[in-house]
Amino acid sequence: MTSRRRDGHPAHAGEALRFRYDGRDYEGRAGDTLAAALLANGVRVVTRSAGLDRPRGVYAAWTEEPNALVQIEKPFPEPMLQATTVELYDGLVATGLRGRGRLADRPDPARYDACHAHCDVLVVGAGPAGLAAASAAAASGARVILADDRPAAGGSLPDTGETVDGVPGARWAAGVLAELAERPEARVLTCTSVFGHYDDNYLVAVERRGEAAASRERIWRIRARRVVLATGAHERPIAFAGNDLPGVMLAGAARAYANRYGVLAGRRAVVFTANDSAYEAARDLAAAGIEIAAVIDARTTVPARLEPGAFPGHVFAGPVLPGHVVTGVGAGPDGSVASVTVSAFSGSGLSGSGLSGEREIEADLLLVSGGWNPVVHLFSQSGGALRFDDGLGAFLPGVSVQPVEAVGAARGVFTLAGCLEDGAAAGARAAEAAGFPAPQRPVPTVIPATVAAGRTAATPPVTPPATPSATPSATLSATPPATPPMALWLVPADDYGTHFVDLQREVTVADVMRATGSGLRSVEHVKRYTTAGTAHDQGKLSGVLTSAIVAHATGVEIGDLGTTTFRAPYVPVSFAALAGRDRGALHDPVRVTSLHSWHVAHGALFENVGQWKRPWYYPRPGEDMDTAVLRECAAVRDGAGAMDASTLGKIDVQGPDAGEFLDRLYTNMMSTLKVGAVRYGVMCRADGMVFDDGTVMRLADDRFLATTTTGNAAAVLDWMEEWLQTEWPSLRVSLTSVTEHWATVALAGPRSREVLAGLAPGLAVDAASFPFMTWRDAEVAGLAARVCRISFSGELAYEINVTAWDGLALWEAVMGTGAVTPYGTETMHVLRAEKGYPIIGQDTDGTVTPADLGMDWIVSKKKADFVGRRSFSRPDTSRPDRKHLVGLLPDDPGLRLPEGAQIVAVSPLPEPPVRALGHVTSSYRSAALGRTFALALVAGGRDRIGERLYVPLGPPGDDPVPVTVTGPVLYDPEGARRDG
Amino acid sequence: MLLIPCPWCGPRDEAEFHYGGQAHVAYPDDPAALSDEEWARYLFFRDNPKGRFAERWSHAAGCRRWFTLTRDTSTNTFTNTSAAPEVTA
Ligand SMILES: [Zn+2]
Repeated sequence: MTSRRRDGHPAHAGEALRFRYDGRDYEGRAGDTLAAALLANGVRVVTRSAGLDRPRGVYAAWTEEPNALVQIEKPFPEPMLQATTVELYDGLVATGLRGRGRLADRPDPARYDACHAHCDVLVVGAGPAGLAAASAAAASGARVILADDRPAAGGSLPDTGETVDGVPGARWAAGVLAELAERPEARVLTCTSVFGHYDDNYLVAVERRGEAAASRERIWRIRARRVVLATGAHERPIAFAGNDLPGVMLAGAARAYANRYGVLAGRRAVVFTANDSAYEAARDLAAAGIEIAAVIDARTTVPARLEPGAFPGHVFAGPVLPGHVVTGVGAGPDGSVASVTVSAFSGSGLSGSGLSGEREIEADLLLVSGGWNPVVHLFSQSGGALRFDDGLGAFLPGVSVQPVEAVGAARGVFTLAGCLEDGAAAGARAAEAAGFPAPQRPVPTVIPATVAAGRTAATPPVTPPATPSATPSATLSATPPATPPMALWLVPADDYGTHFVDLQREVTVADVMRATGSGLRSVEHVKRYTTAGTAHDQGKLSGVLTSAIVAHATGVEIGDLGTTTFRAPYVPVSFAALAGRDRGALHDPVRVTSLHSWHVAHGALFENVGQWKRPWYYPRPGEDMDTAVLRECAAVRDGAGAMDASTLGKIDVQGPDAGEFLDRLYTNMMSTLKVGAVRYGVMCRADGMVFDDGTVMRLADDRFLATTTTGNAAAVLDWMEEWLQTEWPSLRVSLTSVTEHWATVALAGPRSREVLAGLAPGLAVDAASFPFMTWRDAEVAGLAARVCRISFSGELAYEINVTAWDGLALWEAVMGTGAVTPYGTETMHVLRAEKGYPIIGQDTDGTVTPADLGMDWIVSKKKADFVGRRSFSRPDTSRPDRKHLVGLLPDDPGLRLPEGAQIVAVSPLPEPPVRALGHVTSSYRSAALGRTFALALVAGGRDRIGERLYVPLGPPGDDPVPVTVTGPVLYDPEGARRDG
Repeated sequence: MLLIPCPWCGPRDEAEFHYGGQAHVAYPDDPAALSDEEWARYLFFRDNPKGRFAERWSHAAGCRRWFTLTRDTSTNTFTNTSAAPEVTA
């Protein structure tokens, strides 16, 4: 295949790079994008469309590309990248992507990272306006960040070949960067796409650092006092028949390939335009060696200065045809453009009746320019309003709600001189507003050599738009005369079946009209109905076009209709970049107790409880979970077992009013607790629903230690702080989390007293000296300890607390007695469930009152008030048919019901709907009962004890499983064992 | 991400804070004296204005203090930020 590179273009000085695309080997140049390299190799069909299987070529030259999606295979698989933004590197292997891509089948070896930054002025975009803004702002001494998504600064300057201060634009841009590099407070981020603009000028960007960098991509989270958006403009497509075929391309994109990359996108081009800028493109392409077969201008008059002869030395091969439009595209054998059909066009409306004088022009390239859409995405994301400018036929930034200003093409200033002046003024204004008065500096001048040759520097569309009141005004240079652009959105036709609006989603004008024809009026609805604008490019080219066609079809003004909402991210961002280092072991903190090493060494399996790793059970060789848990349960019921209970939340409550404070938060009385005693307590939300439970020890007159459930420790402390600070600031109480200060060993079982006695010879352990629900300070295994006699298993039990430093020594001493079996959370759950003790958060879900749990006894009748009390007399909380905690015994004693299973009253199941009475909350195999059992929340459950209910388990058609309702306490209901 | 002016620590990222809903909804002096409807109004009903709204924030990942700010819910701008923290439910 012959090369399509321009002779002697500086871009070809780069190193030769080998790459493979769709199974064929090619050569490109350093600095190419994959799209540029493919075009240079004459590859016109880069993939096919997902639904209609139509050929697809390169349509644009940067992030607005809707067509050329590729799957990267090497060096590492990455799906859905735009060929127009993939920087070529040696050894790249890629394939054209049809529809969705494919994620890697192996872990990504690259590192991703994040940076946080603060600045006075953030400038987004390093085109002429952005460079001028950054330069002016930095000259004030303000801290400036300039972020740009391309590898090199200059914005569109390398695409257009324009000159600034008498040197080529790219060289001028490099000079500005060099000047910024000298300033200690300025930072330039290249290859960095700012993709989100959030509240209080919080912007998020992704920096692509390349395969060789220490981190492949970095997310920047930037807080800026002022933001200057110099985000440029996107050229606009026009909807006409066959506008999706390879060889149809934005005029500015073909110009960029010729000037920036030195690559010719075709040999003979038809240019289809409704504004002046495409003439500049045609001139450059003619100079580069592409034959201009015709310029089709939908406008009826074309200014003399744009006639082919106005560009000395660059004569177009074919005519300029004013008042014409493109009505069709003829495809060659490979499906790409071979000819272009044009017609004279008069009148308006949506039918093809205004077309006449059809003729066919041979060409392999059809360059389209429907005008320019300012890139208002970030401005809109920041909360700024948009307004439609009739002169430009485009949406522009309107009133901003944050300290942000759009400049240059992003606000409809399309001349180079205007952009430089606009940017410099905005940069100085932003710095000054941030407290850094900027010195007066000369604005860079635009005196291109071509002016002397009789033309203006950059194509002037019209007078720059009026400035909205909230945006500071900029004085602009005198603008050369121009022919106003024509807002041509689509070419009228009788059949709109191949007038594509969104090339990636394959949405046509016919699809949009079907939506409006069925009554949709909002462009948001049309977007969702047709999927226009929902692809990887988020409608950069199709969004405004969709609005225009909906406006056309429904007979409203596009300015009144508006656009769909602009949302982050502006460009696709990988989840790997967003995750950064917060993956794997660093995804979430892991909390372990001071006994953890022993559990690991003894083969424990672990359960995640919040961030804690808790021993779940300790299987012996050959044991499965059921066997291990039955053995551990039996050991506790028959002898003695020990569990690591260190993860329970512990809150030290101190102060003269500590008792009063706890009285207001717990449902029962805590202030009457005696020093040395322990009391179980329940906390409710103000709505009367159980929030947490635990024990409270009184350590001194003015000091209590409250324990919480493991998962709720932080929430309970927050809850206490909230009431203390916001409702009862007069109470003299302070709260401290001491969860991690203590290690706690629960010692349970009928032999626990003798084990404790052996470890703590100085402690009187007999029932009279150390009764249930008391605590004692003692020396246990030679360690200073606080021992509580409390039980969550229904057995005689103790909890031994030592400092976390001594935890392992205590545990090893307990195990060293040889009389104690270690048990995990699963056994703890079974034992407590046999006793009907609920786990808050498992057997409750925020809709359960103490009465629902059968725990009226925990609700004080003496206290005037406590949080939740008033709610117990609400009609809803005193209904008799509320769900109650009950036990369930399946008829089949070997069947363990799944937790979460629904419960119904009848079997076989009638036709739906079938009323569910409740659900299974806990379900286990019991060694003590010799069978399975469950706890459940069942409507009116306490009135159903003894009734038979049913649990649907199998596939539809199977009969539900029969169960019998019991009280929740299935083991030792008298509590004789606990009282030892 | 909002930049929230903590009266104790200065401006900090929203991620450090916990939102506490409408401010100035005091716990009733005597809940038992309220009708069910009045109690339900305290429990469940909160304003949801477009515009200025006094609301509670807690600097959960900072100084852990509760305070009240007025925020314009349509623009997310804070007012009365220089005032001393106003402690209230
Ligand atoms: Zn604070």
